[in-house]
Amino acid sequence: MTADALPVFDFPVIALHDVTKTYQTGSLSVQAVRGVTLSITPGEYVAIMGPSGSGKSTLMHILGCLDPLTTGSYLLAGQDVSRMSDDELAEVRNRRIGFVFQQYNLLPSLQAWRNVELPLCYAGVRREERRARSIDALQRVGLGDRIMHRPGELSGGQQQRVAIARALVTNPALILADEPTGNLDSTATADVLALFDELHESGRTIVLITHEADVAHRARRTIRVRDGLIEADRDQAGALS
Amino acid sequence: MSWLETLRTGLGAVLSHRLRSGLTMLGILIGIAAVILTVGFGEGAQGQVSSEINDLGSNLLVVSPGSSTATSTGIRGGFGSASTLTESDATALASKTVAPDIAAVAPATSRSETLTTASTNWTTTVVGTTPDWLSVRARSVVEGRFLTQADENSDAAVAVIGSTTAEELFGLRDPIGQTVTVNDLPLTVIGVLNTVGASASSSTTDLDDQAVVPITTVANRIFGGSTRTSVQSIYIEATSSNALSAAYQEATAELDRLHGVSAADADFTIQSQESLLTTATSVDKTLTELLAGIAAISLLVGGIGVMNIMLVSVTERVREIGLRKALGATQRAIRRQFLVEASVLGLAGGILGAGIGLAGAIVLPHLISNPVTISPTATAGAIVVAVGIGIVFGVYPATRAARLAPIDALRGE
Repeated sequence: MTADALPVFDFPVIALHDVTKTYQTGSLSVQAVRGVTLSITPGEYVAIMGPSGSGKSTLMHILGCLDPLTTGSYLLAGQDVSRMSDDELAEVRNRRIGFVFQQYNLLPSLQAWRNVELPLCYAGVRREERRARSIDALQRVGLGDRIMHRPGELSGGQQQRVAIARALVTNPALILADEPTGNLDSTATADVLALFDELHESGRTIVLITHEADVAHRARRTIRVRDGLIEADRDQAGALS
Repeated sequence: MSWLETLRTGLGAVLSHRLRSGLTMLGILIGIAAVILTVGFGEGAQGQVSSEINDLGSNLLVVSPGSSTATSTGIRGGFGSASTLTESDATALASKTVAPDIAAVAPATSRSETLTTASTNWTTTVVGTTPDWLSVRARSVVEGRFLTQADENSDAAVAVIGSTTAEELFGLRDPIGQTVTVNDLPLTVIGVLNTVGASASSSTTDLDDQAVVPITTVANRIFGGSTRTSVQSIYIEATSSNALSAAYQEATAELDRLHGVSAADADFTIQSQESLLTTATSVDKTLTELLAGIAAISLLVGGIGVMNIMLVSVTERVREIGLRKALGATQRAIRRQFLVEASVLGLAGGILGAGIGLAGAIVLPHLISNPVTISPTATAGAIVVAVGIGIVFGVYPATRAARLAPIDALRGE
């Protein structure tokens, strides 16, 4: 992986300004995020931590353009995504964000490389190029020999690595991982975290949501969320950023 | 996502649930097979009818006395009961100036009579008519000759007999020149009509069993009485099958004028062979319509089955839909994916149904007497309809899938 293949910005990858999110359930309204301002620069490796119900999942959905925000503004790689339509957001997710989920979310009927090429299908990339880039991404995560395997034939750690390859294949500005090690044993967890370290070293911007302190510890910056607000935001040395 | 890619995804989804997809297709399959058989059955019956029409002369109109519809006074003359038609009516209709679309006219009077030869007798229909009868009824003479104007003018005691009649009376002997006696009048057989075969639709008269005699001979020397001037029917041959309705109108107008009646009080009825045969095959038609109804209901049920399974599929694949949306699928891409899946179900059901329908169309005529015509248009149409059903009943599930929010979809277990 070469540094010049990465998108280069002179502005933050993520710039949230006073973002709130309110869920309406019947007459009851719940404010899950209550005014978050946050900036993440290119190449950062950030962990978002918090107990369940703290609003960290909601924050992750907002960062991932999966859920519209109620008030405030969100610039993703310099692009205002807070007022976009459903289909515009789909395009932003496709181009700018690589997702890694706790459940891997691979399609069981598709071979590894077919799972990896999915985002490229929606981006309208030609078939031969899709195949080449998918195989390349699988090789980068160390699964060059598992290209034709289906998810059912792979271990949990391998499946998560396929998912990471899928997140990498579009060369996105941001890799957003939601509890990526939540379903993995300690060996596989170590593998996946080593892979994230590697990606970070090669200059990727990674945002990782977790509730495990040792996982969060691998990141260079940790943001703690509680009751819909940022409680603490420290770099690895413990200084407030 | 390209169409080809979407199609591959749709096929994959259908193939990954073989049993379920198979059962869903079954509904459409039965419907399409039923449609093809029904259409084949209907067209077979139609083909039979039109070949009979051609046998009888496709340009034929038949005028009968009396009217089967109520007149303005509320009195029904009774179809065929009155004796209001005369030979002069026939002569008037034959005029080119009055009715340019009428090619030929033949009045006819018939009655069941016993024909006697030296050795045997045979009861048949004796038809009194004019020389034009031969062309009007689209018949020909295979042996001897038909009636001539001279026979008619001289009340000649001659007869042209059908092939069945000839066989019954004379066996293998040559009937030409033989003598048959009707009501004490000896008639010389001068010709034998061609064989047309028994007609299913006009079972009351066997067209091969009759004796055709000059109308003047019948009126003056055989039947006598009131039949002297009135005729039972007038056969009209239109110049072409396209001129049939024009001929019908000319004949109606002329007869209204001659009889001094308005159209509502008409004392005659004009029918085409087609309408006679249509009535005769109306039972077939009812059956065909019933089958078509069942086929349509079956297709509807098949469509509902597709919708049902597609809805189940959407619910079951909420995570997949969420993932695809997270990875950048637009609403349109998701909708298209599920629509393609539904139409693949429809198409597969349609093709298999067409196959079974065609197999049925080949096998069925061996089991029942009715002919079944295979119609390529109907088969192609049925497959198109099957795909259409897949699409129509797939729209709602596909739209539901497309509208799922990616976050709700990803959360769903």
